[in-house]
Amino acid sequence: MKTLAQIPLPNSVFAALRRERMPGLSILLSAAIIILLVILSVAAPLISPHDPNAIDLAQRLQGMSLGHPVGTDHLGRDILSRLIYGTRVSLGAVAVILAMVLVLGIGVGSLAGYAGGRIDAVIMRFCDVFLTFPTFVLAMFMVGVLGTGIVNVVLAIALSHWAWYARIARSLVLSFKERDFVLAARVAGGSRLGVFFAHILPSVLVQFVVLCTLDIGHMILHVAGLSFLGLGVMPPMAEWGVMISDAREFIWTQPMLLFWPGLMVFCTVMAFNQLGDALRDRLDPALRAEAI
Amino acid sequence: MLRYILHRLAVLIPMLFGVSVVVFLMLRLGRGDPALDYLRLSQIPPTDAALLDARHLLGLDRPLLEQYGVWLGKAFQLDFGISYVTRRPVLDEILYYLPATLELAGVALILTLAVSVPLGVWAALNREGLPDHIVRGIAFTGVSVPNFWLGFLLVLCFSVWLGWLPPLGRGGIERLVMPAVTVSLMSLAINARLLRASMLEVAGQRHVLYARLRGLPERQVIGRHVFHNALLPVVTAVGMHIGELIGGTLVVENIFGWPGLGRFAVAAIYSRDYPVLQCFTLLMTGIFVLCNLAVDILYAWLDPRIRVAAVENAA
Repeated sequence: MKTLAQIPLPNSVFAALRRERMPGLSILLSAAIIILLVILSVAAPLISPHDPNAIDLAQRLQGMSLGHPVGTDHLGRDILSRLIYGTRVSLGAVAVILAMVLVLGIGVGSLAGYAGGRIDAVIMRFCDVFLTFPTFVLAMFMVGVLGTGIVNVVLAIALSHWAWYARIARSLVLSFKERDFVLAARVAGGSRLGVFFAHILPSVLVQFVVLCTLDIGHMILHVAGLSFLGLGVMPPMAEWGVMISDAREFIWTQPMLLFWPGLMVFCTVMAFNQLGDALRDRLDPALRAEAI
Repeated sequence: MLRYILHRLAVLIPMLFGVSVVVFLMLRLGRGDPALDYLRLSQIPPTDAALLDARHLLGLDRPLLEQYGVWLGKAFQLDFGISYVTRRPVLDEILYYLPATLELAGVALILTLAVSVPLGVWAALNREGLPDHIVRGIAFTGVSVPNFWLGFLLVLCFSVWLGWLPPLGRGGIERLVMPAVTVSLMSLAINARLLRASMLEVAGQRHVLYARLRGLPERQVIGRHVFHNALLPVVTAVGMHIGELIGGTLVVENIFGWPGLGRFAVAAIYSRDYPVLQCFTLLMTGIFVLCNLAVDILYAWLDPRIRVAAVENAA
């Protein structure tokens, strides 16, 4: 058995961890999957073999065949087409959530960090309140307030996540605020706002690339989870969580109906997680411990 | 230590106050009109007179601040109002479903710790060996697999094909296994990975080298000098996992027909039963906060630096 004695001193630990992971390969692979998913979602009408909502009761619960590569569901709808359209919903929802969370989180967090003083204190107490809720419970509550439906689920998830982003953005801004390159820009005569947009914001955004990539998987799971509970996407719209929920009564007879949409969620989340991990190792090993 | 606990409690109270404001205000500022939903659920036709009556009955005609005060005052006396749907006190309803949810989340937490700690240590001790790859595989899968899908895969495997475990209901360990595994897998995976990384990091520090140079047996070096220190970030992470476990439980209950709060809450969201929704959110947040408090106290107990720093910062 190997012992811990063979483990190198701190400086080389990270280097070793980085080498063992072959980030080049995993970045390529996960990026390829993500690009494929994006193409599927954008070009869904061109690629999918059937109309995802076309009901054909004569063809219900078919197995794999040439016409329906992964079969049909209980209403005779083509599963492959529904899976492809489901990509649209998941990626689209996450893109909107991410945009909202980034704008709100970075905006509020940067304001707190850059303004400092009383503004900072007030904003951060406000964020703390949102951070006190368990995220999923807060999202459920928001859906309860706003009503069910995919738009409200997107809003609910954004509203339950933004405070985390605000806190991270604030601490990043605080750490950049006193750096030499920022001070130099100020000394050179840059206005407060100008220096923020030209020098601080870009550095903050770079840090968020990794965090966002790692969080996308999480958000996809939340969207699918809320839809599975029947709070998000409403049937007949094709969405992976709803497809799983629809298929549950056929678990004894047609288990594959459950299998495919789950596999899509799994692969999508895994691709984003893997890309996030690889990017983190590449861009910022120091984030490792903190963000796991 | 006592000072630390008091300090933490003092920080907590304004936070919970803020939570109550959010829970109250969001519903009042939301799009729905509670009086309309009340009438709908009571199956009274929403005439103007009935609407006025309902507004008066629910206190909606009074100023917002007064409404909040009344609501908070009642909440302190554990009176969260009457469910619009069942017409019974909300708290009674929720307390009826709560034990099942707590049981599942609690067992999932125990499972998470009981499995992830040995896995993390095993992987760290056999770095780059087969165990490390196995654990990495589990961690990798665990963080990406949707829990509701995993639940169905387990049912498919152990109930439909093998017929070993009953797929639905609560009672007995055989009905607890699959839901608990489903809820805990993600936290378990994250925790094992974190402990592995943390052990490797600690193992590289000089005090460990020094312990070895002193000729301490390997078992003692790893047990006392590496493991103990490596556990600290893991303890912090457990606080985060509790939120995930609560969320996971609420979803997974729906798969296994587990008679807990998750299904009740979803039903309340559907029917817009606002008092239930408020009480549910407050209660879940309260439990989450208390668990986190316990974790923080444990952490401070393990690491004296924390309790000293926290109290000094406040002073």
